[in-house]
Order: sequence, then C-alpha cells, then structure tokens
Amino acid sequence: MQIRVSHSTEYNYSIPIHYALQRLRLTPRSGRGQTVVNWQTDIEGARVEVTYDDHFGNLTQLLSAEGDPHMIRIVAHGEVVTEDVNGVSGPHVGFAPLWLYLRDTHLTRAGKPIRDLARSIPGKDPLERLHGLMATISDKVAYEIGATDAKTTAEEALENGSGVCQDHSHIFLSAARFLDFPARYVSGYLLMDDRTEQVATHAWAEAFVEGLGWVGFDAANGISPDERYIRIATGLDFVDVSPVSGIRHGNSTETLAVAITVEQ
Amino acid sequence: MPFDEMLDADNRPRGPYSEYMSWYGEQDHARLLTKSRDAEAIFRKTGITFAVYGKEEAAERIIPFDIVPRVISGREWRKLAQGIEQRVAALNAFLDDIYHKQEIIRAGRVPRHLIERNEAFLPEMIGMRPPGGVYTHIIGTDIVRTGQDEFYVLEDNARTPSGVSYMLENRETMMQMFPELFHRVRVRPVENYPMLLRQSLEASAPPGCADKPRVAVLTPGIYNSAYYEHAFLADQMGVELVEGPDLRVIGGRVAMRTTQGYKPIDVLYRRVDDDFLDPLTFRPESALGVAGIMDVYRAGNITIANAPGTGIADDKAIYSYMPEIVEFYTGRKPLLENVPTYRCSEPDTLKYVLDNLADLVVKEVHGSGGYGMLVGPTASKKEITAFAAKLKSRPGNYIAQPTLSLSTVPILVKKGVAPRHVDLRPFVLVAPNRIQIIPGGLTRVALKAGSLVVNSSQGGGTKDTWVLED
Repeated sequence: MQIRVSHSTEYNYSIPIHYALQRLRLTPRSGRGQTVVNWQTDIEGARVEVTYDDHFGNLTQLLSAEGDPHMIRIVAHGEVVTEDVNGVSGPHVGFAPLWLYLRDTHLTRAGKPIRDLARSIPGKDPLERLHGLMATISDKVAYEIGATDAKTTAEEALENGSGVCQDHSHIFLSAARFLDFPARYVSGYLLMDDRTEQVATHAWAEAFVEGLGWVGFDAANGISPDERYIRIATGLDFVDVSPVSGIRHGNSTETLAVAITVEQ
Repeated sequence: MPFDEMLDADNRPRGPYSEYMSWYGEQDHARLLTKSRDAEAIFRKTGITFAVYGKEEAAERIIPFDIVPRVISGREWRKLAQGIEQRVAALNAFLDDIYHKQEIIRAGRVPRHLIERNEAFLPEMIGMRPPGGVYTHIIGTDIVRTGQDEFYVLEDNARTPSGVSYMLENRETMMQMFPELFHRVRVRPVENYPMLLRQSLEASAPPGCADKPRVAVLTPGIYNSAYYEHAFLADQMGVELVEGPDLRVIGGRVAMRTTQGYKPIDVLYRRVDDDFLDPLTFRPESALGVAGIMDVYRAGNITIANAPGTGIADDKAIYSYMPEIVEFYTGRKPLLENVPTYRCSEPDTLKYVLDNLADLVVKEVHGSGGYGMLVGPTASKKEITAFAAKLKSRPGNYIAQPTLSLSTVPILVKKGVAPRHVDLRPFVLVAPNRIQIIPGGLTRVALKAGSLVVNSSQGGGTKDTWVLED
C-alpha cells in the first residue's frame, strides 16, 4: 500500500521571536514493513542547525528561528510504501540495550491500579498475554479527545477511564514493563477509512517478545499495526518521540496549529 | 602506628625528605610560624576561597594551608603514575563500552542491575562516541597511602574533579615564600598545568574544526562553590569564561557572545553538572546550561569536557568492580589496589556492615565531598545508631570500607611539627592517544590529630605536593 502524508505544524507568535529552538522527530525511516519512497521537511521562519540520530536511532533535527519571524511553519511530507507484517517490526537494532526499555518514566510509572491491571491478565504465552493486555486497556479506557493532555500520566488516564492513543500507549507500556516485557512508544501515522484530515499523529506501543522481536499493539484501536501504519520514531514515552518540541525566549504568546493528511 | 611519610620508626627522615629536613633544621621556628600566617594572607589576597554548603555564617572560607610540603620520590611517583594511567585508560574504555555494545555486561563481569538502575547512566549518551574517543578529559584520582609501597585508589573522580587551583596556588605560594628551598630540592613543575590542560583540550576538538580550536570554560556562575577555580583556570589558560546565557546554537555550533558578535566554540570545559547542561534535554528549568548543546554534540560539532554521563564510571557501586574493569579492558592485573569494598545491597554483606559499623567507613553511593558519610571509629554511639537506621532503610544506597590507616605527614604546629593524616588527588589529562599525569596534585590533610576526614568541607587543609626529579 502506498500512503501519502502531509504533516504541517505552524506556530504563530504575538510579537516577533528573537530566539527559539525546535527539535523535530518527523522523518520516518525504511525498515521492516515500510519503505520510504520520498520524504522532505519544508521549513519557514527557521533553519536547520543540525541533523543527527538520537539515542534510540530516530532521525532528529534541531531548528532555530531565523529572521525574527512571526511564524514558524514546518511541513513534513512524503510517500511511504507499506506492507502488513502482522505487527512484527522485527529484531532489536542499535546500541540502546533492551533492558533500557524496562525503565519507568514519569509518564509511565506503574502505581497500584496499573499493577493490578497487569496482574489480572491471564495466560502463559507472552503473545497471548500482551494481546490480552491490549484488549483489556481498549475495553477500560474509552477513546475520548480532550479528556487528557500531553502531560497526563498512565495512572491518571487509567483512573479517568478515557484518553487518546498517547494515553492507551502509556498504560500499555507501564503494564507491559511491570510484566517484564521491554516496551517502547511508537509515534506514526495511521491511514483511516473514513477521513483524510487528522489533528494529531498516531501512537502505539511495541513490546519485545523473545523469538519474534518487537511486536506492535495499538490499544486505542484494539489491534496490532498493519499496512495502514507508518512508524516515525520510538522511545520510552511520548517525550522521547515528540514530533516537535522546543523552547523560546521572550514574552511572545504562541498559538499552534497542526494539520495532518494521510491518504492513499 | 600509621605510616609516617617523613620520619621512620627511629625518627630519622626518610629518603625523599632528607634535603627538606636539613633545610628545616636550619630554620627558626618563629619565622616559620610567621611565614605560615603570611601564606594565609596571600590566599586571602588572591581571593582563593570556597563556599561551604549548609553553613549559615557562610559562606566563604579559606582552606587552611600548611607550609610543610608533602614529598614523593621520583621512583614512588613513576609507580603511581603507571597505575593511574592504566586505570584511566580502563575507565574510558568502560565508558565507551557501556554506551555502545556493553560487552562487559554480556561477559558477566559487571552485573547488569548496577547500570540498569543507576541514575548516572545517561541514555542520551547511547551510541555517542565523543571526538577522539575521549570521555574523561580531566580526572582526579583520589589516592591514599598506608605503607612504603602501599597505595590504594579511594575514588575516581570522573565527572568534574575540582581542586586543581589549590595545587597551583599552593605551589606558587611556596615558591614565593621559600625560593631558596626550590634551589636546594629539585621539584618537578606543576605550574604548566593550565597550558597542558589547554593543549589537551585543543587536541580533543572535533575533527574538521579550525586550525586553532576555540576553548571556553562554562561556569554555573559566582554562586557556585568552585567559581574561583573556574575563573582562575580560564584566566590561566587564556580562554573565555562563559555562563549559559552567553551561549546559543548558531550555524550548527555552540557559539558565545563577544563584542564582535557570536563566535563558535570547539571545546567546552564545562563545570556545570549533566542535569543542568541542556534545558531542552535534561532539567527544563535549568538556566545554567545551553539549550540544544546535546543536539550539537550528537551531531559531532562540539567537544564537551568531560563528556556527559561519565558519572557511571566513578559511581561508588561501580568502584567495587574496578579491578574487574581494569582487567577486562587492559588484559592485565590492576597495578593500583582498590580499597576492599562492601556492597550493602547484598543482604549478607549488609549484616556484616551493621555488625561492624564502629570499625568501618560508610559512604553514600552517589555522594561526594564527605557529606552523608559515617566514619565508624570516630563516631559516637548515637551517631552510629542513627546511621544504622538510614542504612537499613536504603541499603543499596551505601557501600562500606575498612578504615584504612592513612599515612601521615607532619604539619607545622606551635611547637615544631606534628603528624596528620593525608590523601592525594593527582590530576590526569586525557587527550586522544595521550594520557598525562601532572607530577604532584592536591594533598589534603586532616588538621585535627587522629582525624581521617580530609575533606575541605569538613575542616581539612591542603599542602603543596612535591614530586622529586630523580
């Protein structure tokens, strides 16, 4: 399947901005299940300072504001050919040790509710348990936009009983790590049947299963990723893969507009 | 009886001290006491002070200086230097391995949990090889002596070892007060340290930078306890002293504001801790660092000295594995001994430590500066009981070591001289393909008779350290 993506992030500032940095993780890479045909990032109001691979192997760019702009616009776009690999993205590569993916983060720390949830999952076979975990989270946490925000922790989202893909993923990571599975957060795009325009990137989780490698679980949709999914970046939680993050100097107020289209 | 470095059992001067002692024998004691007060005046005038955390009256004190030098023979030094060089090479190999393949863990020589649960392990350094492969550009190896040929490494300070300004000021003061002494005794120079440091840092610059790399010293600012040293070293090296707000990312480099606009920096000798180095990567509220410096670093466009994440190598829990680490990477037995170390995280060991607190020194795994430690033999019963409770609640946070009978070197007192316990921190410079150990270092001395705590924050003093040309 060939999927075309355009992902625009636009910051508008009330007064011109003298100094701002934006860190981008917006470039998918070819790998098992996906081949990047073409991809580029167009930038207005800022320039690329450096491009490098981060500690999880994600292609990362640092931008700085250029010419005291009122606006910084970043448009990542391109085409990716995907295939269904039954959610298995394959063996672990890179220097980040697997045990690192067992580490808790502020957003994924497991309190009693998550530990109880994890313990309640039956089964011996690792895949069966992880699928059970996904189904349970899918069941307990309703998909609801606006109930949570980027800073909501896994515990808070579980307690709320509602959230978005980021929250489903954090809960999954938290519980999977508690069950001793190395697990990581994946940011990406999802081709949807009923719409082209979307307001945010998608997210899901991967757990490492001996013999199979990394296996994806999209608890928000209750399925493992298939040919409709494009992976961008991986990390321990949302903070590590955040598509655009940055800092700025000055008193300017900022408004953010994100527009994403994903189509065949 | 502890080993006295100056006098043997029959009160005769040992070899390295013979010339000094013959000079000392010719001196008028009252004059020496006057000189000792002069020395204090010199330190006050140069402004060499340090801040003591947790003392309200505060703040700035002079570290007491003792005018009797600590003397080490050329032969003793060569042996020490070889051991230190081997250890420093192993530490750099360990850091490279830990942030890449982790072969030492795969080989089962260092347990995984020690790295895995360690806050000093910095994920942001994974897969990052600094320019020239150097992680620790500057190391201060703390060494204690217990006998004629018995030296132990107490600590490897691989983050940002401080104290080198005292080494330099102590020497300068001694040469100013006793020029004749330096004609009689041939002492190896330490005063070229700033030049060597600058050369070593320049040699570690990223490949492809200009012919003459630009070096700068990053300080947290005037409220830092070691600010004096930061300013002193920048001045002595002839490089800029900068603070976070002076720096920003421009043109893919970290650049500093100057009167002629922003100039890129090739090597940043930073005296700011990892946590505060980059608000975009570590603590977001930090105003002491440079946003985006880690991005520039991973892109290979700046050298940060020391590299972030080196704390994993001088962690006190890792310390107990140093003999294995040295052997694993150098293929040879360590030339310098480690102090036997009990890991309180192990239940049987914890029991032993609790039963023997009165004889042991217990330290926090991540602590430094002599804070939060227990020195069993000099602690009161009440202190021991209180410490035992802390130890039981967080055993993994502590290691224990036997109380070593540290060597003594005399200090000048009202009537003559009297022995006091000392340690030694030599400074090591690491550049690609070159390790240099400055012949001398910082000798810290406990000023109270019998005390084993030499830390300046706990009332210790310093001495000039002489390595003889022989």
